Amino acid sequence: MRHIISILIENESGALSRVAGLFSARGYNIESLTVAPTEDPSLSRMTLVTSGSDQIIEQITKQLNKLIDVVKLIDLAEDAHIERELMLIKIKTTDKNRAEVRSMADIFRGRILDITPETYVVEMTGPSEKLDAFIAAVDADCIIEVVRSGATGISRGEKGLHL
Amino acid sequence: MELSGAEILIHSLKDEGVEYIFGYPGGAVLHIYDALFKQDDVKHILVRHEQGATHAADGYARSTGKPGVVLVTSGPGATNAVTGIATAYMDSIPMVVISGQVPSAVIGSDAFQEVDMVGISRPCVKHNFLVKDVNQIAETIKKAFYVATTGRPGPVVVDIPKDITDPRFKVPYKYPKKVSIRSYNPAVSGQKGQIKKAVELLLEAQRPMIYSGGGCVIGEASKELTEFSHLLGYPVTNTLMGLGAFPATDKQFIGMLGMHGTYEANMGMHESDVIIAIGARFDDRVTGKLDEFCPYAKIIHIDVDPASISKTVKVDIPIVGEVKPVLEQMIELIRESKKAPDKKALDAWWKQIKLWQENDCLNYDRESKLIKPQYVIEQLYEVTKGEAFVTSDVGQHQMWAAQYYKFDKPRRWINSGGLGTMGFGLPAAIGVKLAHPDADVACVTGEASVQMCIQELSTALQYKTPIKIINLNNRYMGMVRQWQEFSYESRYSHSYMDTIPEFVKLAEAYGHVGIRIDKPEDVRPTLEKAFAMKDRTVFLDIITDQMENVYPMIEAGKAHNDMKLRVAATGTTTDRELA
Repeated sequence: MRHIISILIENESGALSRVAGLFSARGYNIESLTVAPTEDPSLSRMTLVTSGSDQIIEQITKQLNKLIDVVKLIDLAEDAHIERELMLIKIKTTDKNRAEVRSMADIFRGRILDITPETYVVEMTGPSEKLDAFIAAVDADCIIEVVRSGATGISRGEKGLHL
Repeated sequence: MELSGAEILIHSLKDEGVEYIFGYPGGAVLHIYDALFKQDDVKHILVRHEQGATHAADGYARSTGKPGVVLVTSGPGATNAVTGIATAYMDSIPMVVISGQVPSAVIGSDAFQEVDMVGISRPCVKHNFLVKDVNQIAETIKKAFYVATTGRPGPVVVDIPKDITDPRFKVPYKYPKKVSIRSYNPAVSGQKGQIKKAVELLLEAQRPMIYSGGGCVIGEASKELTEFSHLLGYPVTNTLMGLGAFPATDKQFIGMLGMHGTYEANMGMHESDVIIAIGARFDDRVTGKLDEFCPYAKIIHIDVDPASISKTVKVDIPIVGEVKPVLEQMIELIRESKKAPDKKALDAWWKQIKLWQENDCLNYDRESKLIKPQYVIEQLYEVTKGEAFVTSDVGQHQMWAAQYYKFDKPRRWINSGGLGTMGFGLPAAIGVKLAHPDADVACVTGEASVQMCIQELSTALQYKTPIKIINLNNRYMGMVRQWQEFSYESRYSHSYMDTIPEFVKLAEAYGHVGIRIDKPEDVRPTLEKAFAMKDRTVFLDIITDQMENVYPMIEAGKAHNDMKLRVAATGTTTDRELA
């Protein structure tokens, strides 16, 4: 099953490689990993998407907690949560498909950020699944490049991941 | 008080109560060595190779419970230390390793003797630090010792660039009394509800087993483990790392378990209905085939490291906490409980265990004209009255020492269990002897292992650490040869060394006493003679039966009840099968 693990980690050099190293050393799977400082500059927030059996996910959270730099973490998939990912996608346009791409971007609530006679750059946010769906909807031959931020997420309600 | 970075480092070690530091100088740590030179509080032990420094510090740590301290230079000094750091990591040994680094300004430029020590050591340390500011040295050292020694202990590396220890820059020094790390709060006492549930389950057991490991040694819980086991009257088996935590001569002790454990211990585990694992981690050498591990048992697991729980074997009642306070609470609950162990069931269980024990699985040919390695260990046990500190290397001799030397006290059995590091025994023995100058220290080794850190014989002379090296010389890498015999139709691929040094001459060249023994009748008197030489390191080169194997054995991928014995087992029928 897919899990989104959200981690508060000391904003120190090497902290990211401790997490990444743990995953490669123990053979855990990483689908995506995002990291940036929080409102407290001493802390970074990391969102990690992984998958595995319940036993593996339990080990992943325990091993992450064992890292000295990890302050706190939650598995967002355990509760109601909001997931968002940002995608920038550059699409080859022709007279034939230009209108179609634009209307598709509208349907997916994407925004066109850059236009040239032969390309569109579309910005889109949403759960990773929605971005997958958009990519699937666009003619594969027309995709010049795709940049995705990796999923980030936050829990719904009053619960929060903070000190 | 204003001090340079190098002086701050040495003062911090002194204030931390460090007695010995094991190291080897080099360019990046010259400022530190100069500061070391100007004081007498922290004694430096100059090894001959950095791997030796880490193993010696490790031996010191295992035999005392205090952290071992190592100082090495950048680049090759640091990488040479990695094997020893990984050894300590796998066995949860508290250690602080200070490595020099090239000056901050040239880090990342592939400078002379530069290596990314923080990166290289990351997977095999509990934590590591790169010190970037002279003002951070004292606090970082305090943190390093705090992390290394608390919770599940482990090695911590502190990498210090050369400019940070520059004698020209002085800053105020104050060693922090206490340090806290907001993201690091190891569990201590264990959850009360879980402990209660565990005690209830234990008191209902029909075929219980106490399976205790290195956590009982590290956690200083030997007394509690013994009291707990006596209170219940249940059979006790120890892991390789746990030997000595429960007295081997106690009638409740049924031997080590696992790959080369006793028949009764492994059969007991297999047939048990309630197992309590205390400070043990279900290592693959213990469990054998996971799918068939303890098929009938409910499992209780006490461990200070939550990640150890349900890592390989799913347990029914996990208890996260240090073994000592958890066992104290259990003892109290058992005393208060209206229930008592089921005497009738327990009698039947012990009867079954006695039947298994009748196989005498550790028996060997005592009439042989060749020296049997098992006999040497038995004689070593008698000559040292079971009181010696015994270090070992890795292989057959290690298993024989574990099987035939009956450790009654914790911290007496010093071996590389997790990583299985050949070359560990000799330097570790030096560290043990420094910590226990009046005790007998024996290094049980083989002619292959001992050559991996043989250079430390020189250190043993310099620091007058008289140890006794029991070299079980079978002219083979015995364990490799044994596996090749069992699994590769006796194709002994590169497990034999055509050229083996004359160890007697080698020992003498290093300034020690060397004696070769090739007759069984000479073993006892020569051991006595060696241990009588209190102030000399003695290298006993003992020519043993080349083809002797370690029995019993669970071959890789097999279950506990599928053991290879020297003589086929009898009395294997269990209650279950009879019913």
